[in-house]
Amino acid sequence: MRGIISFGGYVPYRRLDRSAIAAVMGKGGGRGTRSVASYDEDTTTMGVEAARLALRPVDAEPRALWFATADPAYLEKTNATAIHAALRLDSSVGALDFGGAVRSGIGALRTALDAKGPTMVVTSDIRGGLPTGTDEATGGDGAAAFLIGTEDDGQVVAELLGSASATEEFVDRWRQPGSPSTGQWEERFGETRYGPLATQAWKEALGAAGIEAADVDVAVVTGSHSRAVKRVAGQLGVARVADDLAAVVGNTGTAHPGLLLANELEQAEPGQTIAVVMLADGVEVLILRTTEALAEFTPAPSVADQIAGGAEVSYATFLQWREMIQIQPPNRPEPTRPSSSAAARAQDWKYGFVGSRGTESGTLHLPPARVSIRPEDELDAMDPAPMADVGATVVTFTIDRLVYSVSPPVVFAVVDFDGGGRLPVELTDVDPDAVRIGQRVEMTFRRLYEAEGINNYFWKARPARSGSSSE
Amino acid sequence: MASHGIKDQVAIIGMGCTQFREHWDKGVDDLLIDSATAAFDSAGVSKDDVDAFWLGTASSGMSGLTLSQPLKLEGKPVTRVENFCATGSEALRQASYAVASGAYDMAMAIGVEKIKDSGYQGLNAAPAPHDGTKRNLTAAAMYSLVLPAYAARYGVDEDELRMVVAKIAEKNHRNGALNPLAQFRREMPAEKICEMASVAGRLSVFDCSGVADGSAAAIVVRAEDAHKYCDDPLYIKALSFVSGTGGGLIDPDYDYTTFPECEMAGADAYRQAGVEDPRSALAMAEVHDCFTPTEMVLMEDLGFCERGTAWKEVLAGTFERNGDMPINTDGGLKAFGHPVGASGLRMHYECWLQLRNKAGDDRQIDLSNRNLGLVHNLGGYPGEMVSFVSILGPELG
Repeated sequence: MRGIISFGGYVPYRRLDRSAIAAVMGKGGGRGTRSVASYDEDTTTMGVEAARLALRPVDAEPRALWFATADPAYLEKTNATAIHAALRLDSSVGALDFGGAVRSGIGALRTALDAKGPTMVVTSDIRGGLPTGTDEATGGDGAAAFLIGTEDDGQVVAELLGSASATEEFVDRWRQPGSPSTGQWEERFGETRYGPLATQAWKEALGAAGIEAADVDVAVVTGSHSRAVKRVAGQLGVARVADDLAAVVGNTGTAHPGLLLANELEQAEPGQTIAVVMLADGVEVLILRTTEALAEFTPAPSVADQIAGGAEVSYATFLQWREMIQIQPPNRPEPTRPSSSAAARAQDWKYGFVGSRGTESGTLHLPPARVSIRPEDELDAMDPAPMADVGATVVTFTIDRLVYSVSPPVVFAVVDFDGGGRLPVELTDVDPDAVRIGQRVEMTFRRLYEAEGINNYFWKARPARSGSSSE
Repeated sequence: MASHGIKDQVAIIGMGCTQFREHWDKGVDDLLIDSATAAFDSAGVSKDDVDAFWLGTASSGMSGLTLSQPLKLEGKPVTRVENFCATGSEALRQASYAVASGAYDMAMAIGVEKIKDSGYQGLNAAPAPHDGTKRNLTAAAMYSLVLPAYAARYGVDEDELRMVVAKIAEKNHRNGALNPLAQFRREMPAEKICEMASVAGRLSVFDCSGVADGSAAAIVVRAEDAHKYCDDPLYIKALSFVSGTGGGLIDPDYDYTTFPECEMAGADAYRQAGVEDPRSALAMAEVHDCFTPTEMVLMEDLGFCERGTAWKEVLAGTFERNGDMPINTDGGLKAFGHPVGASGLRMHYECWLQLRNKAGDDRQIDLSNRNLGLVHNLGGYPGEMVSFVSILGPELG
């Protein structure tokens, strides 16, 4: 039976207190917080983080990688290829974007559950809107990844019992490419469309699964029409409706059904029935049942851990990160675009964070080198050294207030990796006052900057999240 | 296989140096013409007497044409050299070897940098095409790593060490205040520097070298010909250069309290010159004080004092102009300014003045017991740098 072999949810570190919006603007906002992608994150980098979490607990390799987002870092160019490179997947593994629509995330997931071979589905989104608007306050940023397959591919932790889809053309939410905000038609109209579509898809999915609504232990209900979501959730007839994480994270759009499902799976027992209902230009329904294998599955860190571990970002910084306001940059040259050919030659280093290790000395070289700094290693006597998942410790650090950065100051540390090796590396998701010598850090895939429309991806270090890196 | 050096084979017979400052009214050509003319006049020769030229510039021009065109050199070889902030010294090193080899009778080393036309603050080199993975950090931030590392290794209080390096800036500003060619001619008390906002680690803007335009030049001949041009030539005792492996960046044993490339270049230079105890042999040293912690660490790397003691010697006044080991008597990069390609030759220019007793009454150091001078010029960052060391003296032998 096909189902979920592994999964990972990613919630970025920063939280915007919704009350901070009205404090500045005089209106807008609300209660609670929303998650905020850092200035050096985009949907691709968050997708990498979620996919790394999903691949870490299992010994399984995807044969396809599908990426879905409503906020793609690139148009024209496939974004999944950067995730593919960061995960160091074989070149024979296809990487495809499911582009543009909020519905594409759940769509990719349902399609993968119907497909063949182990398939990695990565969903990611950055949700915003104009200042003081509802979308700004209720949106959230995040990502979720699922490895889908059968028992031939790995231990299935949740198998698909049934699914259904209902589609209708109506304009409820829309956005032109490049626009900072999403339009919404008068809400009452959308509600009249979603209700019948949900009833239809729900009935069909239950039928396919061969169960009654009362057999469903928990339903994840989300979508792009909040009133309809609320109404549908109340009418499903299930034992429990899942926490929608609105109080802390917000609605992460394309990623949200996955993120909520990951959160539920992390808390579920074997043998539970979980439904996912997504309202976006129609309705998608998945019904899954957790297996005995779920008991041995330990994601680290869990969605709950990440939610608990966040830190605040000011509304002013949030507006700057989302390019709603511009701040005066330092009077230093802006960075130059990376060379495509140089980046391609360095792909395993740049995207996979793979160094080299002298075969005799064991000395780690970052970036990889052909000639060792130790005399005992012969020329080219180097083994690849994948370091992305190796923890490290801050040896010393500095704060650079002079250098160009989208979000100054730059916090920079010299870090020593567990098992030997060192790198001077930029830190992220850190407050300058909180850095300490001896602090534990882990590597994270980020967009360092964009120049001439080219995103420059590479790795930074961030303070280690609990349970996420080996000592 | 050895670094033999060319002790006493080559002599400097003339030097010139422009004022280092923000020369809004002078371009690269003007600066080159000014320092070259001063050097020709100093040696009593013309451009036609010079057989070959080495031009050092980090980023103010490409190729020998940068010099041969403004000077209208006819049928002469000009080699443009670049070696980060040690570019000027590298030009002198190449010119000296060319003369020592017998290939030419007379050569000029000239360095220039026109920094202030970029429109940006600080030093900004245009990067070669890259893969986008190079670190994004200023030199100031890299050198700021020295302070906490040194404090930890030698058990010095970080606040006290911060004052120590401010004292280095204070000294160099005091020296610069007396120097008519220096960019900054105002004294700056250490206490005031400590009160300034940090820009990188604990370093303030006044812990960084001055950003200036300028040019300096030297004319060299074989030692046996020196007295044809000059009554008091300055002999080259040693020329050393070390270009590092970059291993310090990735070697967990490296602790940011020393610059091994500088220590190696110093040891090689002492061997070439036959100097056994630098502290007792050297009357002065011009060292690369790009940032205040750099000068402190160099005192130990160059053997002027024991490891872990430089901070005490700074407080004791050892490196003052009238101290036991005068350092950067012209104001250093800190107060004289740092036009990258010219700085190495500016350092030699101070030796040219001081070791020949021509620095002027208010600046001249005491030469009664010692008469050798050392120039140290580096480029790069802790963990990955190039380092130059020369030793010079007014007497043969």
